[in-house]
Amino acid sequence: MRETKYWTWHMAAGVVILFLLGLHMLIMHLGGTTHLFAPYTGEAVSKENSLFRDGRLFFTVTYILLLGVALYHGLYGLRTILFELTLKRAVEKAITVVLLVVGLGLFGLGTWAALTVHSIAIAGARG
Amino acid sequence: MAEINRHDNRLGLWGWLGGGRWGVERYAYILHRLTGLGILFYFLMHIVVTSLRASGTYLWVEGGFFHRPIFKLGEFLVFAAFAYHALNGIRLVLVELGFAVGKPIEPVYPYKTSLTVQRPLLIAMMILAAIFLAAGGYEFLGLAK
Repeated sequence: MRETKYWTWHMAAGVVILFLLGLHMLIMHLGGTTHLFAPYTGEAVSKENSLFRDGRLFFTVTYILLLGVALYHGLYGLRTILFELTLKRAVEKAITVVLLVVGLGLFGLGTWAALTVHSIAIAGARG
Repeated sequence: MAEINRHDNRLGLWGWLGGGRWGVERYAYILHRLTGLGILFYFLMHIVVTSLRASGTYLWVEGGFFHRPIFKLGEFLVFAAFAYHALNGIRLVLVELGFAVGKPIEPVYPYKTSLTVQRPLLIAMMILAAIFLAAGGYEFLGLAK
């Protein structure tokens, strides 16, 4: 039952990622065509345009949300693939713990960075 | 807690990668996994690299370490992997939830499989993925200004 629940979350996370990463791709990788949320000249990923987005609460919140759901979706997907090799219980447990630690660590790092840059952008320290 | 009945993966790695005669959907699923692993590998690095901006380091801007043609190519490959993974993922979710596979029918010869019913969904998703790939390629080649 528990694994079914985790799998359902995995699919639901995929749907959330579809919208958030879709928006991210439209802004970053199709920026030359869409010119979305990039008011300064140059590339969508330029420092000025990055700071413009970092200063908006919408982007800070969606970065953190995308970070969380994408880490869950990706690491749970990796766990599923690894478990298909029919490993020993102890190995499976170790994999789960390692992926959990990696996921939480990267989520902490990304969240800290998003919040830090948001406050810097608002203060205009690098503007 | 109920134990899950599991079967040994006798085939090992071939069990992951081999599609045998399962049809094109099985190969689409294998590619789904491979693109997923590629995106995950990129994503984990992406978190670390983009987090460096908190200390004022922007490695991806002009003059930065990641602003080289080889990384631009890598970026396009990630975009391509995402376009495929996302659209094939929609197909997998729809099929898993029972959509686009048709209604259950009596097994009367000549037998019909749900594969023929869901094939148009795969084709539609791949056409959409190709459109996104073309748009990404247009941008990658520097044609969009």
